[in-house]
Amino acid sequence: MRRHLKILDFALASLQRRPFKNWAIVAVYAFTVAVVASVLFLTQSIRQEAAQLFVGAPELTVQRMVGGRHVPIGIDAGDTIASFPGVIDVEPRFWGYTYDAVTESTITVMGVGPGMATIELVEGRLPTHSTECAVGAGVAAMWGSAVGGEIILVDAATTGVLYEVVGTFTSPSDILTNDLVVMTSDEAALFLGLPVGLATDLGVRVANAGEVDTIAAKIKRAFPDSRPITRAEVLRTYDAVFHWRSGMMLAVFSGGLIAFVILAWDKATGLSAEERREIGILKAVGWDISDVLELKMLEGVVISLTSLIVGLIAAMIHVFVLGAPLLTPMLRGWSVLFPKLHPTPHVDPYMLFAIGFLTVVPYVAATVAPSWKAATTDPDAVVRG
Amino acid sequence: MTAAAENPLVLVEDVTKIYHRGAPDEVRAIRGISMTVSRGEVLVLEGPSGSGKTSLLTIIGCMSRPTSGQVLVGDRRVSRLSETALTSVRRSTFGFIFQQLHLIPDLSVKDNVMLPLYPTGMPVAEMDERVDRVLSAMRLEHRRTARAGRISGGEQQRTAIARALVTEPTIVIADEPTAHLDSELSAELLKILAELNGAGTTIIIATHDPRVMEHTVVSRRLVVRDGLIVEEAQP
Repeated sequence: MRRHLKILDFALASLQRRPFKNWAIVAVYAFTVAVVASVLFLTQSIRQEAAQLFVGAPELTVQRMVGGRHVPIGIDAGDTIASFPGVIDVEPRFWGYTYDAVTESTITVMGVGPGMATIELVEGRLPTHSTECAVGAGVAAMWGSAVGGEIILVDAATTGVLYEVVGTFTSPSDILTNDLVVMTSDEAALFLGLPVGLATDLGVRVANAGEVDTIAAKIKRAFPDSRPITRAEVLRTYDAVFHWRSGMMLAVFSGGLIAFVILAWDKATGLSAEERREIGILKAVGWDISDVLELKMLEGVVISLTSLIVGLIAAMIHVFVLGAPLLTPMLRGWSVLFPKLHPTPHVDPYMLFAIGFLTVVPYVAATVAPSWKAATTDPDAVVRG
Repeated sequence: MTAAAENPLVLVEDVTKIYHRGAPDEVRAIRGISMTVSRGEVLVLEGPSGSGKTSLLTIIGCMSRPTSGQVLVGDRRVSRLSETALTSVRRSTFGFIFQQLHLIPDLSVKDNVMLPLYPTGMPVAEMDERVDRVLSAMRLEHRRTARAGRISGGEQQRTAIARALVTEPTIVIADEPTAHLDSELSAELLKILAELNGAGTTIIIATHDPRVMEHTVVSRRLVVRDGLIVEEAQP
């Protein structure tokens, strides 16, 4: 053990002899790790948040499709669906969008419903009167309006309507609520121009999660123009979207990754004459091949672990403290009123292992492999100068 | 025949060394040498450049293996040892003073001297004590933290000697140790070697420097030419 510690000691001293070169490698290496880890942390965190947000959502959402378009669905269809065995209840949902020319943003308007239960109010309460609304943080900030303030929104008849803000939302993230304005269900239907007796869609709660697909099939048979969407399908779509986006980003950054690999390979394979001479000296004064390779491996491990740790910490600060300002333009959705991301710190150990394995192992291998030849050469070559 | 000659410290039997064997640039550096090194003697291998002196030194010093023949160091047949075992013998038995010194210029004098001890697993206190002792013997205490590349030529030479002695070797091997030294430094080196020999260390020197060959400390001279020992002389 003492022997290994002494070789580690020498490895550290050896790295300190070339501080500029080694810190330059650490900087490039850590930056590469930070970029890759940021993308993975962010997409993982968003997917995780989405999964949490949809926990309180109904197991099934039923929409009506006409000519391939989503159109309002009759509330009375809910009575039929509610009669199916296994269905707990059916809730008509009233939601849609309105464009606010003042702030040049698209706002989601929604009627108060059971889904609201999972969303916490930072301040105030949910609306109970047609002139009241609760708003997400983005809307509140855009209007400079807190509880007690007022906002004006343009309804389906292009008429400006004044609402009093009675509550502001928070949630595990702003993704769901940032561009949200919640009204009473009747007011939301009126605001969105939904005819009486129609809703945007129906939320269906099912007693047994294993029966969701069966009930969806029954709904489809009973209402051929309906489109039942399971919560699992929504989550899968969400998952796939962010998988795709992270994949796209990693593809974009792959050029940088390849450049780094080339840099590492060039650094590692091109043992300088000085390095070869040093290995020869070590051999000549009594170092074994395994001692030399251990030295080179420790140098590689110190560099790569330092870079990995610095890169991971930088990625965590970037994503979980600063809200990933460098990545959100590429990863967030289409909304004009972009949610301000506060990704929940969630790091998958498997992901850390994968990042570590894919960076540390190749670097150490690329460091040790070229030293092998120099280490196995007889030291008499050095003696001859 | 003396007892020492009957029981030599190093026995070389019919050794050959061929570089790039079978290639167009094949070199037969040693063509069949047999010799002994007795405990406590100062043996000089003399001869012109390219005569095979250094090849012979590296084989005796376990830095390379002979193409044929055998070498015994003490009672160990080193010519067929594994790489690890050969390194172990090299580390425990020999101290090397190279022609070009081969110090690592970015390392301190102390770290250069300590190099052979790193892989031994020796306690740190003992390593420090040994290094201090040899630095003191080489009058380098005041230079222990200086970078080896920034000290004088004489100090570099003494650092190289200190590194060779720090493992307390039985045999010190010096390859053309005065090749790049002026008269004063050469005299100093020979004085140090004489002191070492006086303390019981066996010394083998490869040289073609008359100042070394004719020095009083030398016990025996072997003349090497074209890969063969052509003459043995007592000074």
